[in-house]
Amino acid sequence: MTATARPRAAEATAEQSQARSTFINILRRIPFYLLVLVIAVYLMFPFYWAFRSSITPDADLFATPVQYFPENPTLDNYRSVLEDDNFIRALLNSTIVAASVTILALMVGAFASYAIGRFSFRGRTPVLYIVLAMTMFPQIAVLGSLYTLITDLGLFNSLWSLIITYLMFTLPFTVWVLTTFFQQMPRELEEAAYVDGATPFQVFYKVLLPIAAPGLVTTGLLAFIAAWNEFLFALSFTQTPDKFTVTLAIFRFEPQTAGGFEIAWGQIMAATIIITLPLIILTLIFQRRILAGLTAGAVKG
Amino acid sequence: MAEVIFDHVFKVFGEDIYAVNDLSLDIQDGEFLVLVGPSGCGKSTALRCLAGLEDITRGRIYIGERDVTYLDPKDRDIAMVFQSYALYPHMSVRDNLGFSLNLRGRSKDEIKQSVERAAGILGLEDLLDRKPRELSGGQRQRVALGRAIVREPQAFLMDEPLSNLDAKLRVQTRAEITSLQRRLGVTTIYVTHDQIEAMTMGDRIAVMNAGVLQQLDTPQNLYDKPQNQFVATFIGSPAMNIFPANIVQSNGHVNVKSGEDFSLHVPERAKEMLLKHKDQQINVGIRPEDIEIVDYAENASDGNIVRLPVKIVEPLGAEIMLHLDGPGEDPIVARVDPRVRLRPGDVAQVAVNIDHLHAFDPQTEETLL
Repeated sequence: MTATARPRAAEATAEQSQARSTFINILRRIPFYLLVLVIAVYLMFPFYWAFRSSITPDADLFATPVQYFPENPTLDNYRSVLEDDNFIRALLNSTIVAASVTILALMVGAFASYAIGRFSFRGRTPVLYIVLAMTMFPQIAVLGSLYTLITDLGLFNSLWSLIITYLMFTLPFTVWVLTTFFQQMPRELEEAAYVDGATPFQVFYKVLLPIAAPGLVTTGLLAFIAAWNEFLFALSFTQTPDKFTVTLAIFRFEPQTAGGFEIAWGQIMAATIIITLPLIILTLIFQRRILAGLTAGAVKG
Repeated sequence: MAEVIFDHVFKVFGEDIYAVNDLSLDIQDGEFLVLVGPSGCGKSTALRCLAGLEDITRGRIYIGERDVTYLDPKDRDIAMVFQSYALYPHMSVRDNLGFSLNLRGRSKDEIKQSVERAAGILGLEDLLDRKPRELSGGQRQRVALGRAIVREPQAFLMDEPLSNLDAKLRVQTRAEITSLQRRLGVTTIYVTHDQIEAMTMGDRIAVMNAGVLQQLDTPQNLYDKPQNQFVATFIGSPAMNIFPANIVQSNGHVNVKSGEDFSLHVPERAKEMLLKHKDQQINVGIRPEDIEIVDYAENASDGNIVRLPVKIVEPLGAEIMLHLDGPGEDPIVARVDPRVRLRPGDVAQVAVNIDHLHAFDPQTEETLL
């Protein structure tokens, strides 16, 4: 046996076994991708169906066999929804409420979690757990007393009633997430700023807050989504269409066609798509920052 | 630039944990003082007290003529370099350097000038627009230094600034910090647990243990005349050998004697002091470099030769470390000539440089000489 023959043979088998192992690897991954596909379909199908229905002319909505993409797509439904003053008003209301809730939750939450995360004071842990306990009650359990509170304050059928009550579930979440963020920041960073000449408030907004930005973005986005999607409080605390939020507007939808006597599925679906878009856009804009927040280390690399 | 004074400073945590116990230091204007000691000895706490990051329990701290005991860190006019560098991750190097000036409301032009001057001193000009995460460890360390020098403070405080660097860079940066400090002439208090850093960098060294200042002296004095056993064993590597021995007088000589075979003459200068402890047990200290194989020793004589079995041989190239079976519990380490060819199990005949003999009280551990 020559010295060259052997390595060549070995090479050939190595190549073969490599090819085989690649093949096995692909085989192994098939169930994984199948699972991904199932989950994707499960999550996306309702949205796809809403979209399909929104661009189908009303006449074709119940046609058989099912059309997975309409033969005559139309934007009529969108046109009529966007011409509906009540719906536009609801979009505006939802924007006002969700934005106010987000800003208030971030402001109050950032201060609270800076205090809880960076200073030690008597009763710090109890405070944190009381905050957490706030999220424990089901919305329906506090609805009755909140209703009394809101009417007593004279806020019934106003956007303030929603802003105040939504803070009840966004704020505890914000405080908890941001507290973790602040606690993870190295103590030396703060001390460096003190030695550099900063006051506690300057340390907060010039050093710690910018570093907590990914946390602020993440919690802010989640607060916005929660407020945007809320239904039960909106249903209970508002009465007239000019105070409705989008979820309520769709629930109480008055069709613009057929004399208002049939359920206009096409228009409802169009409205649904429209109110989903802001959330998708916001998430896409901020996704990089959210990811950065999840992965970035603070100082040492 | 100013004098820094610790006047009977105490820092007590809880009821009775004395992190800093009656520390008095007088650090001169422009001096490079190193606070050194094992971890938990209170050196970092002392520095943090000076920075104002910890309130002190009792005593006074002065920077220059000012009593800063109750001032906030920002009003003490000091700059600090942290172990982790603590660079602001969201700011560029330029903004990191300029942050303190910015907070003090200096004009943009002035900040730009100061930042560029500091960057020039430290060779950071090309990195000014980078973020800390885009820098190497050594570069981050420089930025941390730059943040301190940009402001021309009364004093630099450095808390183990080199411990995150690799060994080679550490040696290089050590020299750079020393020369930078000499050039700027700013009073510097430098905390480290590394006695080599302390020896090479400090004008004077304050050795601390368990919150108490053990000795404050120049590096050479600390090495030659340690006040107590702690300083003796902490400074110098490998550590000084310490073992119990008796003072005996025979044939007109005063000897330290341990067991049957181990006996050394006491040097003239020490006779009188040690005779006070005649027939008592003391602790004898000998540095590894004061023990040499007889063949290579310059001053071997009857009174300073002992025979000890070799346990371990560690050749280091320029020298050999011999671990010898000595009279105490721990082996006696000797730093001997590299030409020595001994193997474990051999008996080494060594000469001790008795002029450099140290003696300590076994109870108080204070020096007897």
